[in-house]
Amino acid sequence: MASWKPYDEMKVMGQRQPRLDGPEKVTGRARYTYDQRPPGMLYGVLLTSPHAAARVVAIDADRARALPGVRAVLTDIHPTGNVRFAGEYVAAVAAVNKQVALDAVALIEVNWQTRAHVVTLWEAIDEDAPRVFADKDNVTESERGDGDVDAGFSQAETIVEAEFFTQVQTHSPLETHGSVAAWDGDELTVWDSTQAVHGVREGLAKALEMPANKVRVICHHMGGGFGAKLGPGAYSVIAAKLARQAGAPVQLMLSRKDQHLSVGNRPDSWQQLKLGATKDGQFTAFECTTWGSGGIGGRGGVSQPYVYSFPAWKQQHHDVATNTGGARAFRAPGRPQACFAMEQIIDEMAWKLGLDPLDVRLRNDGNETRHEQWRIGAERIDWPRWRRREPGAGAGPIKRGVGMGASIWFTGGRGTKAQMDILSDGTVEVRCGTQDLGTGTRTLVAAVAAEELGLPIAAINARIGDSDFPYSGGSGGSTTAPSVAPAIKNTAEKAKAELAIVVARHLGVAADTLSFVDGTVRVASGQTLSWREACAMLGANAVSVQGEWQEGLSGSNVAGCQFAEVEVDTETGRISVIKVVAVADCGLIVDRLTTESQVNGAVIQGISYALLEERIMDSETGRMVNADFENYKVLGALETPEIDVILYDQPERGVIGIGEPPTIPTSAAVANAVYHAIGVRLRDLPMTPDKVLRALEGA
Amino acid sequence: MVPFDLVSPRNLRDVAESLADGRGEILAGGTDLLDRLKERIDPPARVVNIKSLKELYGITEDSGLSLGPLTTMTEVAGNDRVRHQYPALAEAALSVATPQLRNMATLGGNLCQRPRCWYFRSNDYPCLKKGGSVCYAVTGRNKYHAIFGGGPSYIVHPSDTAPALIALGAQLEIHGATGKRMLPLHDFFQGPRENLLHENRLQRDELITRVQLPPAKESTRSTFLKFREKQSLDFAISSVAVALDMDGDTVRDGRIVLGGVAPVPWSVPAAVQQLQGRRLGSAIDDAAEAAVEGARPLDENGFKVTLTRNLLRRALQQLAQGKADAR
Ligand SMILES: Cc1cc2nc3c(=O)[nH]c(=O)nc-3n(C[C@H](O)[C@H](O)[C@H](O)COP(=O)(O)OP(=O)(O)OC[C@H]3O[C@@H](n4cnc5c(N)ncnc54)[C@H](O)[C@@H]3O)c2cc1C
Ligand code: SF4
Repeated sequence: MASWKPYDEMKVMGQRQPRLDGPEKVTGRARYTYDQRPPGMLYGVLLTSPHAAARVVAIDADRARALPGVRAVLTDIHPTGNVRFAGEYVAAVAAVNKQVALDAVALIEVNWQTRAHVVTLWEAIDEDAPRVFADKDNVTESERGDGDVDAGFSQAETIVEAEFFTQVQTHSPLETHGSVAAWDGDELTVWDSTQAVHGVREGLAKALEMPANKVRVICHHMGGGFGAKLGPGAYSVIAAKLARQAGAPVQLMLSRKDQHLSVGNRPDSWQQLKLGATKDGQFTAFECTTWGSGGIGGRGGVSQPYVYSFPAWKQQHHDVATNTGGARAFRAPGRPQACFAMEQIIDEMAWKLGLDPLDVRLRNDGNETRHEQWRIGAERIDWPRWRRREPGAGAGPIKRGVGMGASIWFTGGRGTKAQMDILSDGTVEVRCGTQDLGTGTRTLVAAVAAEELGLPIAAINARIGDSDFPYSGGSGGSTTAPSVAPAIKNTAEKAKAELAIVVARHLGVAADTLSFVDGTVRVASGQTLSWREACAMLGANAVSVQGEWQEGLSGSNVAGCQFAEVEVDTETGRISVIKVVAVADCGLIVDRLTTESQVNGAVIQGISYALLEERIMDSETGRMVNADFENYKVLGALETPEIDVILYDQPERGVIGIGEPPTIPTSAAVANAVYHAIGVRLRDLPMTPDKVLRALEGA
Repeated sequence: MVPFDLVSPRNLRDVAESLADGRGEILAGGTDLLDRLKERIDPPARVVNIKSLKELYGITEDSGLSLGPLTTMTEVAGNDRVRHQYPALAEAALSVATPQLRNMATLGGNLCQRPRCWYFRSNDYPCLKKGGSVCYAVTGRNKYHAIFGGGPSYIVHPSDTAPALIALGAQLEIHGATGKRMLPLHDFFQGPRENLLHENRLQRDELITRVQLPPAKESTRSTFLKFREKQSLDFAISSVAVALDMDGDTVRDGRIVLGGVAPVPWSVPAAVQQLQGRRLGSAIDDAAEAAVEGARPLDENGFKVTLTRNLLRRALQQLAQGKADAR
């Protein structure tokens, strides 16, 4: 099995390497999909359905076609003509500029036959509710469990029952989804804002019924995805079709409204929980009934029972279809919802039993790594001092409290391939068909290659984000680092071995007497060559190798925990997060800066979920009323607290994924802190001032 | 966007002429108008760019203070006279949106900006305010809507500077085809019952040419407190502007104006009455109660009553303690 060199001998990996593309990004030179301008490029705009449920009877686009500057019009992009949410794509236009395209779309007349719709979970589960799919109930039930729940509850000395609600959150990446499509004969190049260049290539080839080897997908830089850009988008296919019709490249970037409506979200949830424990806090049974609405996608999973050990448990779940955009994977799917409810009911149990909430967790948390992490986090936030404070006990209108929550993740990654060239001038290029969705993958690729070759990171040209490069999977499930890092190491190892053979031949020594350290090649006999001198020996025969993922260099299963300190203004209902201590499992750290950055981003997104973000639906019209960034509120710099990131490294486990787990427990930790501060529990996300004031009034 | 003519008048008479047929709309910083043009909401046939009119710029000192309507929020908030003598206005201007927007947004535009109701701002809803026949907010989503003075439309007036300026006793100088007139800002706004389509009483050929503040008195204390869900880029859910004329610790007179809670900046004389002739510190709760008397919340905005009461209480406490910091 492959293995990494000892952690303490690493010179590049495990250090703090500034992001390689940072300067490009902050100076505006980095070119995103939005910035691509192939010669003659046209602008595409979508016509979307204003109705949540309707049939397209006819589309009249004659006036749009006649508008000067319009180059292509598609009226057959909806597969069935049966629209199931407001925001579905029904027609598209490409024109010489954005304005003409928008004007043309406004000229398209659609004859609609509207049907009754349901846009919230509550309406959809009603027996008489209109059906989202004619041939299917809105609700799909399922049951899971383990052990004898009744026996478990009969052993319990205390039972707590509680109900929780979480909202629909849209991914809201800064760069909306979109593509620029350009044909060259029967070959298609698509610049796509995507988390999966190879996945989009396959999907596009299938959708356009063309060979995959004639499709190339490029994504050099992208402005976030969080799971919503893991597959080929309908917009990419439409861009390609518009481009074919127009005979010119077409850019089709979604508007912010399109993004909120049509390309995914985190489903909401309604959770009824019941927890039994002995009087010293040992859990005996857990039972829950949960609902989640994933729009027309149907599925709204809630991952209960969340992380703790229960001798017996049962979950009765309901996936609920509504006439809203379908859910998609969103940074730790199913977990933040479950965590929010579970960590709160555990807290309730602890306070009710007069026990320390941390002790109750330790008693029921079977994860040994997390035990150590709980201890570290508790010390950093000074929990021993806080635990003595009774919930709601602070004086004055502004109160503080501390709460906590656990995180978890599972997947490792595999399957990545890569190529490396070492050229005779000493330059190194590594190519891998992965992509950097903002996590720092490019820097990771260069760091691993540099470490293996004994070079500084700047010596490596890391080329990624192109389906012409060797296969790597989509950047989802926190699989990228564990999948990519081993492949790069293996490739660099092979390249180094080839170089060693050539150098050894020139020097008349055995290849295994060479070592590559600090930009030099050292021979056991004492001779030292510079890297460049060594590479010059390659002459016209550059090293060019391919490598792939190897067992033994990466791991799975991630634990972590967070503590939040909050301040609640009981007169205005404002919750301000003061500090978050985030202990994150990170295995062998490839780069500390990008790892910390992942945790920071996850915590920020978690607070945003806790306090602000929410898709607000209007039942009567079936539309989202805040499909913008004015009233769909995303956390800003002024609401961002001090984030104390503690990287809990375990190099012996190899490289693991870090992107998702740290966003899971933040909202739960904040909610528990709010209870600690005001003595009243908030069971409904987001915890906006109106809910805080109402809860206080009801208390 | 619906095509329009862009005109650049050279003097105030030209402006009045370009507006006379009611089909023109003034362009100042454009931070409000451009969004509406893009969404095709009440699109004008003619956009009248007033930015080359020098007389509309600048802050000049007379007995009081005279502010040109093209003064930006950044300039208002940063002006020393404003900060020291009319702190409520400085705080209000500083609380608007973000630095980028404050650099573009003008005072005249801030007073004349259209409502932010999400049904109004989207072309999908032909509501009352756009000449349609229903108010979607009454039975729809109305967390941010009016708790006072609503019906048949339930917008809230979005301006932060308006409540502050009214509390400080500002007057407007207004120019139209027939010359100029002065109007107390307090009388400038009108609710939906008076006029559904226009939030202010400007005639169609008129524009604001000056915002006039009365001389500041040593005995006046003023402050502005705004509550929003986000600390940047967010409109007021509720705001309170208070200007009190004090005799030591005792309140002689004053004005209290609430923002973000009614279709117009909402003056609450009943709250001032509770304060008059009393030591400020002893009358705060009574005034705060009186201010929210008669509130008529919708389904989702009842919290604004509590919030507004508490916000006013906090503003008065701060004035009583002699500190005035916005939050
Ligand atoms: C994201 C965002 C957040 C915001 N947050 C806030 C906030 O927190 N608080 C707040 O108060 N505002 C806020 N605003 C609104 C902003 O302050 C106003 O849009 C701005 O002040 C308008 O000024 P302007 O010069 O850009 O006006 P324009 O957009 O040019 O014009 C606005 C309107 O006023 C009319 N007008 C302009 N000048 C005159 C004049 N001299 N006489 C007569 N009519 C005139 C125009 O015809 C137009 O109808 C926000 C806006 C945005 C986009
Ligand atoms: S509150 Fe006014 S602007 Fe909003 S929907 Fe009702 S009528 Fe229209």
